[in-house]
Amino acid sequence: MSLSISLTVNGERRHVDLEDPRVTLLDLLRERLDLTGTKKGCDRGQCGACTVLVDGRRINSCMALAVSHDGADVLTIEGVARGDQLHPIQAAFIAHDGFQCGFCTPGQIMSAIGLIQEAQAGNDPERIREAMSGNLCRCGAYVGITDAVLDAQKSLAQADLRRSA
Amino acid sequence: MKTFDYIRPTTISNAVAAAAAPGAAYLAGGTNLLDLMKGGITGPSRLVDVTRLPGLDRIERLPDGCIRIGALVRNADLAHDGDFAKSYPAIAEALLSGASAQLRNAATVGGNLLQRTRCSYFYDTASVCNKREPGTGCDAREGENRLHAVLGWSEACIATHPSDFCVPLVALDAVVEIEGRTGRREIPLEQLHRLPGDTPERESVLEPGDLIVGLRLPAEARTFAQHTRYLKIRERTSYAFAIVSAAAALRIEQGTVREARLALGGVAPKPWRAHAAEKTLTGARPDAAAFSRAAEAALADARPSGDNGFKIELAQRILVRALTLAALGTPQRISALPASPFSSVSGTL
Repeated sequence: MSLSISLTVNGERRHVDLEDPRVTLLDLLRERLDLTGTKKGCDRGQCGACTVLVDGRRINSCMALAVSHDGADVLTIEGVARGDQLHPIQAAFIAHDGFQCGFCTPGQIMSAIGLIQEAQAGNDPERIREAMSGNLCRCGAYVGITDAVLDAQKSLAQADLRRSA
Repeated sequence: MKTFDYIRPTTISNAVAAAAAPGAAYLAGGTNLLDLMKGGITGPSRLVDVTRLPGLDRIERLPDGCIRIGALVRNADLAHDGDFAKSYPAIAEALLSGASAQLRNAATVGGNLLQRTRCSYFYDTASVCNKREPGTGCDAREGENRLHAVLGWSEACIATHPSDFCVPLVALDAVVEIEGRTGRREIPLEQLHRLPGDTPERESVLEPGDLIVGLRLPAEARTFAQHTRYLKIRERTSYAFAIVSAAAALRIEQGTVREARLALGGVAPKPWRAHAAEKTLTGARPDAAAFSRAAEAALADARPSGDNGFKIELAQRILVRALTLAALGTPQRISALPASPFSSVSGTL
């Protein structure tokens, strides 16, 4: 069976011929499109390392069939910075030591972007932690991650205010 | 993963026809099905992708006061629908207490109803399991079974139904709308899931090709909005299935319970409505003695299926706590740790 799909990945239209319907969105990104920033951790929807935004929403790309996401708009960690200018969340993860080994970090950052867009957690660290519980960090950088999300959310809100002023 | 044919129909009737074939399965959010396929627990020969079917992703208020939730509405979208969360706060809290934000963004409400048990022996293909392979036996009976059922189980199967969402739904008389080969029909959610008996592989009353297209809550369901809670005990406070959970909904008038709705999760092969316990509360004052009596009635038929006798006492306590908090009044905002008995409402948006 040959299945042809097209997706927008980090703003670029991509056409892919799939020989096998079993290919997950995660494997499509890593193996077919050479976007290896998105990590394969558990591959079972439990660790969050594979988190990407699909049509603006964070999901586990390991639990999504690529063929079912024909036409989707996908944002991965590779599409977050603007050239050499880091996204405020990337900068905040560095400023707050939000990682150690870094393996979970692309997923953490994509999840944090999704969280801020969802606008459900406010500035409550408890709600941030709860909303980030789908991203495991075996190094245990959770304190830095929570601080980074709070800080990035604040700087993004201030940037929005400046723009609207 | 076994390979499969992939079909993406654009009409419900085409979907039903395609899925009626032996070995076919519906794919929606995929958060449970793909996990089962990767583990070799299930291996459909055909996947019928229903995610593009039109009209099933809407939340609609009907003229008669019912609310209708399309089967493809994502869990997160339902929980964050302001009007829905205000009218059915225990359902929103149950949704937000399940899985992770990423999974709630992908999982659909229709799929939630039909998710499979998380019994570790069902998931372990090296173990025998009557649900996975009928007639082979049940390794859970003599295994690690402290999380298994204390109500409704059989010698063949002691697995529990894992859904949080279904618990307040069944308490509030949700109705399931089904499209099948003979057309549209509807059944109360309470009658959707079967008890295991000798055939634990048959988990619901659905027939081949049957597609859940929506859920309906009767107008009366919103009359409990002022006094309702969903509480859940887990081994960690986020991103974990229930050891036990309880939904409580009360209608209190002049200091008296006019009507009570109670259901339990994590304790039975299906979302467990506690009718007898509800009756003990009708006309009672909403106090500790009445709540204890109700909790005893809810667990009266419970018996351990292994090292899980503690769940009977725990379920009674969580039911009393849910009733106590419901009687105090539904919080204005869902707590930071949804459904946690250890949470207080905090933070500002």
